[in-house]
Amino acid sequence: MNFLRKQIDKIKPKFEKGSKFYFLHSTVDAFETFLYVPDKVTTKGSHIRDAIDMKRTMIIVVLALIPCLLFGMYNTGLQHFIATGQEQSFWPMFWYGFLKVLPLLIVTYVVGLSIEFTFAQIRHHDVNEGFLVTGMLIPLIVPIDIPLWMLALATAFAVILGKEVFGGTGMNFLNPALTARIFLFLAYPSLMTGDKVWISGLIKGENIVDGFSGETLLGQVANGSSVLVDGFGEKINIIDMIVGTIPGSVGETSVIAILIGAVVLLVTGIGSWRIMLSVVLGGSIMGLIFNAINMNPAMEIPWYEHLILGGFLFGTVFMATDPVTATQTNKGKYIYGFLIGVLAILIRVANPGYPEGMMLAILLMNVFAPLIDHMIVQSNIKKRQKRTVAVKS
Amino acid sequence: MSKKNLKLITNPINKDNPITVQVLGICSALAVTVKLEPAVVMALSVTFVTAMSNVVLSLLRNTIPKRIRIIVQLVVVAALVIIVDQILKAFAYDISKQLSVFVGLIITNCIIMGRIEAFALSNKPIPSFLDGIGNGLGYGIILIIVGFSRELLGSGTIWGFQVIPDSFYEAGYSNNGLMILPPMALIVVGIIIWIQRSKNRELIED
Repeated sequence: MNFLRKQIDKIKPKFEKGSKFYFLHSTVDAFETFLYVPDKVTTKGSHIRDAIDMKRTMIIVVLALIPCLLFGMYNTGLQHFIATGQEQSFWPMFWYGFLKVLPLLIVTYVVGLSIEFTFAQIRHHDVNEGFLVTGMLIPLIVPIDIPLWMLALATAFAVILGKEVFGGTGMNFLNPALTARIFLFLAYPSLMTGDKVWISGLIKGENIVDGFSGETLLGQVANGSSVLVDGFGEKINIIDMIVGTIPGSVGETSVIAILIGAVVLLVTGIGSWRIMLSVVLGGSIMGLIFNAINMNPAMEIPWYEHLILGGFLFGTVFMATDPVTATQTNKGKYIYGFLIGVLAILIRVANPGYPEGMMLAILLMNVFAPLIDHMIVQSNIKKRQKRTVAVKS
Repeated sequence: MSKKNLKLITNPINKDNPITVQVLGICSALAVTVKLEPAVVMALSVTFVTAMSNVVLSLLRNTIPKRIRIIVQLVVVAALVIIVDQILKAFAYDISKQLSVFVGLIITNCIIMGRIEAFALSNKPIPSFLDGIGNGLGYGIILIIVGFSRELLGSGTIWGFQVIPDSFYEAGYSNNGLMILPPMALIVVGIIIWIQRSKNRELIED
């Protein structure tokens, strides 16, 4: 390793301010801090509250996403072989899914990181680690058969217009991964919704078993069926929904994998438990209300199934808790989370055009998060002012 | 043409652009730019109305009592817009249908009232005319850029003719549905503003 260190030290002066390759300095800096612990220390004033920095935060979120990613790979293979009627053991399934998911990951990271690096060079600031998480999230929330150029375009859109325009990591008001997804959702609806897109190979339609349907469970609900069935029309049981062997976006299906991620985030204190709790609470309450009204098939789904179906849980754990776009005040987090839960179920049930409401709910509340914070801070200020007035008089 | 008069035409096209710098007339810019053809017709109509209303009100500027000037302006602009509307209905009925209410809404286009208030009421007819033409062109050029990119990416056509070959579609390309939706027009205008201000740093406000 000393060799690497020496090499870096050797080339470093060439990138210092005023020298020829200065325009590439943030690239070099990014790779150096990626490989080694930075030797810079704070010189002016102490403001450290915690040993955690952005790099470690992001890496932990990426780690928390690994179970979802691995299960997503397995499920991709499983669903494909069910649809084509082949019996396969675990490893061929996993391998098939791995080969399908890997290009998505590579495309997202290459496109996103090259844009991040370019902007860092132009603006003379350091490369931020923010994209590590976004780049992991985007492949997990898209349909498996999405054309790679669309994914690249959506990633570019999300990073440039969702984040960099506003000043890069930490300044964006929309979750970048969801920005990419809503771009795809609105721009190419035929490849983002429907009963063909969620299982690999179904759009081409080769060797598919007769009568097989790749509709997601929420899609069935939106079509007005009250009994949730698998691809062959047999009733699906709740164990499958929890384990996640159902069609859906790559990473969103397995409750177990998501909960492992949630535990990692909660134990390390990176994901806010207030938000997660209140999202689940909001979703449950809205589900219960609809159960009580009980007017159409969508309202009949038991409230607990709402929580495990579709992207609800994935959004709750990994998207709603995004520290940049969520509310910052503790009281605000409860309001923000609760409204996400309520809106997600409301959109699902009340609007059959959008079988899944989680994306729209989170994006909408992202927009309102600063307002919620503002109200909370203002009400605190008013309360305190009243107190001081009371003391004076 | 003197240098000063020339500036009246060239300034609104770039550094004093009504849409990207003064941020006026955004609503119609979003509504009529799904296709290039209506965008061009709209641009021409607005240019005509701005120029003519500037001339008329510049001629009347010393006789209009200050207190009722807005009503007088509205009468003039409305008369001109009705003329444009009738001409379009007579000679370009299809486009007139596509533009629907937005021709009538030229009356409320902020650019026209803005130019009358800010320029025509205190300048002579010829500079007012040139100012109207310049602002109409500045508005039009943005409309054409937005309309061009939205039609090309959203429908794969330009002026109604297909320009993206069928082989592209067979290879997996598909039209971007977001481009047809109004929000994308706002984003495209935003991108134009971004490019313009990074080229011309004087325009950046604090």
